Amino acid sequence: MHYQTESWGSYMPTRSVGDPLERVERLASENAVVIFSISTCCMCHAIKRLFCGMGVNPTVYELDEDPRGKEMEKALMRLLGSSSAVPVVFIGGKLVGAMDRVMASHINGTLVPLLKEAGALWL
Amino acid sequence: MQNFIEALTNSTMYCSSSFIRGDEGSRNQSRFSGLGELEQSTGFHHEDAVNLSPGSFFGLKSNSVSVVTNLQFGGLNTSVSSSDITSATGVDTGQYSFQKETMPVAASFGNVHFENWGDSGMVDNSQQADTSTDVDIDDKNQFQGVQSGALISVDSADRSKAKTGDQKTLRRLAQNREAARKSRLRKKVYVQKLENSRLKLIQLEQELQRARQQGIFIANGYSGDQSHSVIGNGPLAFDMEYAWWLDEHQRHINDLRVAVNSHVGDNELCLLVDNVMSHYDEIFRLKSIGAKSDVFHMLSGTWKTPAERCFMWLGGFRSSELLKILGNHLEPLTDQQLMGICNLQHSSQQAEDALFQGMEALQQSLADTLSSGALGPSGSGNVADYMGQMALAMGKLGTLENFLHQADLLRQQTLQQMHRILTTHQAARALLVISDYLSRLRALSSLWLARPRD
Repeated sequence: MHYQTESWGSYMPTRSVGDPLERVERLASENAVVIFSISTCCMCHAIKRLFCGMGVNPTVYELDEDPRGKEMEKALMRLLGSSSAVPVVFIGGKLVGAMDRVMASHINGTLVPLLKEAGALWL
Repeated sequence: MQNFIEALTNSTMYCSSSFIRGDEGSRNQSRFSGLGELEQSTGFHHEDAVNLSPGSFFGLKSNSVSVVTNLQFGGLNTSVSSSDITSATGVDTGQYSFQKETMPVAASFGNVHFENWGDSGMVDNSQQADTSTDVDIDDKNQFQGVQSGALISVDSADRSKAKTGDQKTLRRLAQNREAARKSRLRKKVYVQKLENSRLKLIQLEQELQRARQQGIFIANGYSGDQSHSVIGNGPLAFDMEYAWWLDEHQRHINDLRVAVNSHVGDNELCLLVDNVMSHYDEIFRLKSIGAKSDVFHMLSGTWKTPAERCFMWLGGFRSSELLKILGNHLEPLTDQQLMGICNLQHSSQQAEDALFQGMEALQQSLADTLSSGALGPSGSGNVADYMGQMALAMGKLGTLENFLHQADLLRQQTLQQMHRILTTHQAARALLVISDYLSRLRALSSLWLARPRD
């Protein structure tokens, strides 16, 4: 698991504020398994442990440590349609969902093929 | 009127004999012998007396009291009736018998001495000292009125009746007063006893309620007519719902067992299996409702039997355990099925571990929050800090419900996946195995609780 903080750097375009949802999607497509989390959230901790237990190396973005985290959190809430934005998992750039969806897909056996497809897991 | 009074007198005697504890000494004896004479001498219309309603009784009472007034005892009229009525209104049960008790006996006591009356009068006054003041004043008034004799105000209409033997009348009236006073005393004692037992009943009910909430398993007592209606909210409601659910579950399982043993067709078996599965969905739904109202009650598992509770995991059974139990009972399995079951066991184990670690993190985080800031001797400190701490801790506690929810989802999904992997027949057997295992665990609890202690 590696934690990523966006490097603002010199290539930043002229617009100062990007659409948070766009940013979320951009970040999500950069790695095979992306988790948006909050450092104090215990359910996020559980989901991280789940992936680590499977041998996956997810990319984690802690929204409370990101300067634009608040907006992204709101965008995720709208995306998920729930009052809690985190934890939320993207695999292969596609939204999988919150803890319940991830667990459901793991139990019914669809998570592992998805991970393999995204290249996050090798047999 | 006279007949009526005699009838009432006789019914009074019926009540009195059952009530008098004989603690008032010889005075009663003499009085009762008087009543005995009365009973023999008069005709007895017990039914007439019994059929009176309390409402009409009041009216009748005042009538009869006014008859007594006619016998030259004016002071007795309003005061006695009012005191008797006021003292009688508090009693709901047994009211009727009390009314009869306080009914003054308007018959003659030929063999009662005058001194006896005077004596008992004095004693009764002192006994009445702690009772209602108006009664005391009544008695004193009556007593004084009788003693002086000359101060009796007689109704103008009753002057003709005044000619009948004064002394006898006065004695009779005094005896009436005695009886009335004694009856009132007895009534007070009885009412006091009733009040005490009522308080005791309330106490016992409260204890029972407390004991229930502390987790004495309510076995099927509440199932039956109102099974489906959620009785209010809260832990007790869930316990009742669970008891009902368990009953229904056993019924479904029995049907399934019969079907499996009698080798019914697949279609019918499929229907029965689906019944059990959707019934499982029902309990998960109930649990989520219960968790919303009291998550700690759900997590504590007091609604389960002790042995079940001991091996409980995050508010219910442990899916991976269940699959291990199923293990050999599912033979024969195809290779694909075998792999499916293995994967299922593996993934449920992983999910369980993840949730468990999440719970540990929660506990650690809560501990950190509560122990931050000043503790111990310098503890009191900043109120704002304390409130902030508590708010934070409250937020963390709120996630417990989510964990419980996820754990239940895990259980539900494991069952459903198992159903998907197996054939109808295998699924039926699997459900029977699971159910039997849990029943045995429950039976073990009962045996354990009932074991002889040294």
